[in-house]
Amino acid sequence: MSPVPGIVAIVLVSVATLAIGTWGLRFSRTTSDFFVASRSVNPRLNASAIGGEYLSAASFLGVAGLVLTFGADMLWYPIGWTAGYLVLLVLVAAPLRRSGAYTLPDFAEARLGSRAVRSVCSLLVVAIGWLYLLPQFQGAGLTLRSAVGAPVWVGPVIVGVLVLVNVTSGGMRSITFVQAFQYWLKLTALLLPLMVLLAVWAGDGRPPAADEVAGWSVPLADGGGQGLYLTYSLIVATFLGTMGLPHVVVRFYTNPDGRAARRTTLVVLALLGAFYLLPPAYGALGRVYAPSLASSGRSDVLVLELPRLVVAGPLGEVLTGLVTAGAFAAFLSTSSGLAIAVAGVLTQDVTGRRLSGITAFRVAAVVAVLVPVLVALAVPNVGVARAVGLAFAVAASTFCPLLLLGIWWPRLTDAGAVAGLAVGGLGSGAAVAWTLAPVSAAGWVGVLLEQPAAWSVPLALATMVGVSLLTPGRVPPHTRRLMVRLHTPEAVDLDRG
Amino acid sequence: MTERVRVTGPPRRRPRDSAAPSSRARDIDTDTRLGGIYLGSLLRAQLGLAARVLAVLAATVGAWPLVFHLWPGLASVEVAGVPVAWWVLGVLVYPLLVGLGWWYVRRAERHERDFADLMGSER
Repeated sequence: MSPVPGIVAIVLVSVATLAIGTWGLRFSRTTSDFFVASRSVNPRLNASAIGGEYLSAASFLGVAGLVLTFGADMLWYPIGWTAGYLVLLVLVAAPLRRSGAYTLPDFAEARLGSRAVRSVCSLLVVAIGWLYLLPQFQGAGLTLRSAVGAPVWVGPVIVGVLVLVNVTSGGMRSITFVQAFQYWLKLTALLLPLMVLLAVWAGDGRPPAADEVAGWSVPLADGGGQGLYLTYSLIVATFLGTMGLPHVVVRFYTNPDGRAARRTTLVVLALLGAFYLLPPAYGALGRVYAPSLASSGRSDVLVLELPRLVVAGPLGEVLTGLVTAGAFAAFLSTSSGLAIAVAGVLTQDVTGRRLSGITAFRVAAVVAVLVPVLVALAVPNVGVARAVGLAFAVAASTFCPLLLLGIWWPRLTDAGAVAGLAVGGLGSGAAVAWTLAPVSAAGWVGVLLEQPAAWSVPLALATMVGVSLLTPGRVPPHTRRLMVRLHTPEAVDLDRG
Repeated sequence: MTERVRVTGPPRRRPRDSAAPSSRARDIDTDTRLGGIYLGSLLRAQLGLAARVLAVLAATVGAWPLVFHLWPGLASVEVAGVPVAWWVLGVLVYPLLVGLGWWYVRRAERHERDFADLMGSER
């Protein structure tokens, strides 16, 4: 195994990211400068940037590995990650942009006028952000070990340092171009090798899978009724969780108005759909050429190893370099987006109270990156897509009810919001702790904790509605004016509070 | 309620030249009962549209796990050498999602144009 293509790829992606960031920096000085100026950013560029930020290691590496190991029921992950944007489009996109909120805590405070709700939201943003960052860093460790044979701690440290440099220098945070570039890099890095792999496969006479695994093509988890529950719970978590991810919401602010927010989201849907056609094909080809990766528990590196296993010689090395570059771009873009979102919230609500301006942000960024890096080094690998799935479950159980009721139900109160967030957060959080802990339970208890969304989301929603109805006196007086702001097109001249 | 049908041109950025809001806009600004009805009709139209899209999503994508649970033999049926489950879940679902999104955006923008026309049609 030659480490050269991997090293070349990683250096090139890092240099390109820093270079585009620096080049873009000349046009924009601060986040708010850039975002305000970006009222002319067209939906296609903006959508590429959202896609670039959203397609994480879980999409690039995790899906193919899961499909290789478990088969067709894992196709629900990419479907859910795409359909989540459709749900976001029809229920949240335009009103969220019109609210003028930059983060989820901003939205909560604007809607309910309560510092308490804001604090709970900030806590949740940090928790979800860290839960999502953890698998990114662990995936980086796997990637570098597979690509260049580095010890597994090198990946988290390198990606952590690069993200910190980007974020604290301001290079990444304001730059739509970097994220847009990384979407197309990720798409190319999967598409070109896949075309070569498929050509080789066709040339080999289209061999079938090396060994038939029972139920591999059945799109349901094993275990009859429990399998059905797991599949539906995953659907609930991913379809409803996307709108509650911290780095997704921040991006909506870059749209000039609600109408553009919708159109951007539609383009994002198309870009994600195009991308997610590819990883399952790697999983299926892996069944033919690399079944041993699944049995040895290294399925997460399938995308990285497959080109070298199938194509010998220099072409194989080049393709390996390409997929390594794509994987590295996936870590960098998603981690940076999440680090910015978490650091932004920490700045507003923690460090900003003691320190000033840019120092507060830098301290917050260090904390935002350092904690998940340390956890990634300390706990064993939990599986990239699996951990991301848990982050979705928490987001769906907390921010999804808050956004849905906040946007569409005028009778929501701050007390209802806090109660619902607490119930959803504690319920899904207990399930996450259970999954990360070394113990396991059999039967329905284990199943319900493994995939909590199907019960925790309705529970949080019902709590929010119930407590709001019990506290009608706490409906904020500006609710009506805010509803006008959220739902009426900007072109109409109205008093929006 | 009069309904106007727009026949040409992009949506206007500013429906009126004068600074004075139309009487319907004033109804919304001052929270009259009529204003509440105007706003409520827009909200109901948009929420109803969202519900229709989500109902289609639930009836198609949402029904597939149940279908494969009830008829497990379906998974091994092959079309052009690929199991039907892979065609549906790996390929066809994405055009369906994008198509639903496209339809939603068209309809939602039409609702907003109607609302803007309603607000601007009477000084």
